[in-house]
Amino acid sequence: MRSPLTPEMATQEVQLNETLAHLKTESETLKTKLEEERAKLHDVELHQVAEKVEGLGQFVMKTRRTLKGHGNKVLCMDWCKDKRRIVSSSQDGKVIVWDAFTTNKEHAVTMPCTWVMACAYAPSGCAVACGGLDNKCSVYPLSLDKNENLAAKKKSVAMHTNYLSACSFTNSDMQILTSSGDGTCALWDVESGQLLQSFHGHAADVLCLDLAPSETGNTFVSGGCDKKANVWDMRSGQCIQSFETHESDINSVRYYPSGDAFASGSDDATCRLYDLRADREVAIYSKESIIFGVSSVDFSLSGRLLFGGYNDYTINVWDVLKGTRVSILFGHENRVSTLRVSPDGTAFCTGSWDHTLRIWA
Amino acid sequence: MAEGAKEPVGVGTTDPEEDSPNMIVYRKIEDIVTRIQDENAGGVSIRTVKSFLSKIPSVVSGADIVQWLMKNLSVEDPAEAIHLGSLVAAHGYIFPISDHVLMLKDDGTLYRFQSPYFWPSNCWEPENTDYAIYLCKRTMQNKARLELADYEAENLARLQRAFARKWEFIFMQAEAQVKIDRKKDKAERKILDSQERAFWDVHRPVPGCVNTTEMDIRKCRRERNPHRVKKSVYGVPDDGQSQPSPVHISSQPTKKTTKEDVQKEINFLNSQLDRHCMKVSKVADSLMSYTEQFMEYDPFVSATEPSNPWISDDMSFWDLEASRDPSQQRVKKWGFSLEEALKDPAGRDQFLKFLESEFSSENLRFWLAVQDLKRRPLQDVSSRAQEIWQEFLAEGAPSPINLDSHSYERTSQNIKDPGRYSYEDAQEHIFKLMKSDSYARFLRSNIYQDLLLARKKGKSLTGKRLTGLMQSS
Repeated sequence: MRSPLTPEMATQEVQLNETLAHLKTESETLKTKLEEERAKLHDVELHQVAEKVEGLGQFVMKTRRTLKGHGNKVLCMDWCKDKRRIVSSSQDGKVIVWDAFTTNKEHAVTMPCTWVMACAYAPSGCAVACGGLDNKCSVYPLSLDKNENLAAKKKSVAMHTNYLSACSFTNSDMQILTSSGDGTCALWDVESGQLLQSFHGHAADVLCLDLAPSETGNTFVSGGCDKKANVWDMRSGQCIQSFETHESDINSVRYYPSGDAFASGSDDATCRLYDLRADREVAIYSKESIIFGVSSVDFSLSGRLLFGGYNDYTINVWDVLKGTRVSILFGHENRVSTLRVSPDGTAFCTGSWDHTLRIWA
Repeated sequence: MAEGAKEPVGVGTTDPEEDSPNMIVYRKIEDIVTRIQDENAGGVSIRTVKSFLSKIPSVVSGADIVQWLMKNLSVEDPAEAIHLGSLVAAHGYIFPISDHVLMLKDDGTLYRFQSPYFWPSNCWEPENTDYAIYLCKRTMQNKARLELADYEAENLARLQRAFARKWEFIFMQAEAQVKIDRKKDKAERKILDSQERAFWDVHRPVPGCVNTTEMDIRKCRRERNPHRVKKSVYGVPDDGQSQPSPVHISSQPTKKTTKEDVQKEINFLNSQLDRHCMKVSKVADSLMSYTEQFMEYDPFVSATEPSNPWISDDMSFWDLEASRDPSQQRVKKWGFSLEEALKDPAGRDQFLKFLESEFSSENLRFWLAVQDLKRRPLQDVSSRAQEIWQEFLAEGAPSPINLDSHSYERTSQNIKDPGRYSYEDAQEHIFKLMKSDSYARFLRSNIYQDLLLARKKGKSLTGKRLTGLMQSS
């Protein structure tokens, strides 16, 4: 129940609304102008330019390893820099470190919550980070002593006000970048747990992030339920570029290996390529027969192939330049929820709601 | 079964969650099944099939569905069409008339289309009371085709235990349903019974089958019906003892756009308008040449030498990468750009070695020190930043680097409040310097050229020697 307005308050409120409406109009005008400017530079399509590139041959990609051990949906995984170990997390609250080459489990941690949606391997290979419905990101140092209880050395680093959707170490074990259902991303100092920088701008849950591959780069990209992909400056916390062409949630973002572009995967069943220099979407990867959402994407080492894990249990492999699908891989018996290419590009790993992980090469 | 089997519930009402992820997929599937059934527009022919003593109304063969999918959705591979069709079935839009397992077969197996009343887009979350009523009434019907499967019998036994105290009520509801059903036309009943069964196959799937009603918890809060007001399949009023919903994440209160938000947006848009962008043609060329350059290093595109460990189970490829002697191919990569050279620890080492031989290693050492600074824990940053100043920039520094006066000024200001990014400008300047000067000389140097070509000579010689040794022993 609103208290009765005085005539002055009523006028003020009308004025405020007018100013807001006025600003919104200005914003819309600018958006149109920006689109016009960018469209002028859109002189050709990537796949047209790529017609002169030699086509790729037939691919034989198979499951080379199957990792069984999780008791429920696998939600996330990450590779160790040693190119063979991986960490995976599941709805059952377990985080497992595997030697994917031998399929042996090396460590296992039970989290206090279910739905561990994010996990990451530290660059040194000596720790893993994970989190999910507990709204936190915790770091567990990996002990060489198999009998040691990893949970005892747990370090709580990040604190959000909603679920943790993704986490990634920056170039060292000392900083972690997180994204959350609370609509923000944040950079944390691992040792002290201090918040170094927060990133505000998404209008809804942030679902994914990826750090720019450059050695000196200080940027990262995030994707969210507001259908936007934002590029951020880690130093200032500012959003430096924004892309909004998807028709639904962006579940995954991944940089092209040169760092000049990034790919996204969305619930609208498409993957898209955005170039940072053109400030524009330059390719869209879709097919009439693909109607289920993309949960995760990653590039092969040269950037020629884009692998997409889908909610229809398949993996679609795309020719990034020509825009065509080169292969469809069957095997998982439920949604593919996570997909990452190994550090040296020799394989990629998928995690699924069917409780397993698979290594493909 | 509730009346109005063919009337969709809720469709047509204003729905703010129409763009939720699940709904997007449902609408696409619904478009497909609507088109398949449209016989006037290239759809499959749905017909009555004669079988032994009876007629099977309103069915279509799996093969027909697969054909339709291939033709109308441009699918070349039948395996892909079967997979898509199986998903359409698994979500409950089509179903085999003689099996609980919802998948599509590319043969004469007969399928029926689900009634829109039972479509998943109506956000069904049927309670166990409904399921109990359903199983109970099945046992009251004296037809072989309606006999309970083993898993259904087990479910029924479990439900009888769980609802022991209100079983009388459930039994009565089941009886009432049987009465309603009996009033229907025989052929219509066959169809309705099968549709009802298919509905339960989605919500109470055969053990081992995927439960397609499971949701991604991150998307839950935006589903229709956030307050989980559940409607009963059989019109049973909710007595407040319904099962708790799966974990429901508390919803963020939707933020109203403020003046500040819009102003921020305007500032952002203005800054974007000022940005200098490249033409797509130029960008495309750049993406193409980068990819082309690295394709020989991409194990998915070019076969690795030695073999890919994941394929051959032979780790030689990794052993070689880890060894002190980088391969020719790897050394070649250092020549692509300074970034590539510095990315590879071996490349970094060789470049440093070269610079040391020229007594000009301070630039690279400064660059490496700043990289290291950014990786330190917060509490070490200040002291480390000071150390860098002392080593490279202070008056009388042991390893003085050459900064332009502008960067020097900026950096000395930054150092007053030392932080992780105090040396960003300086680092960028030094990087450009190395790139244009010492990096080019490095590529021409003996140190680099020897490595680029040495492998060839070394390899064949060693190979011959080893073979010789082996043969003589």
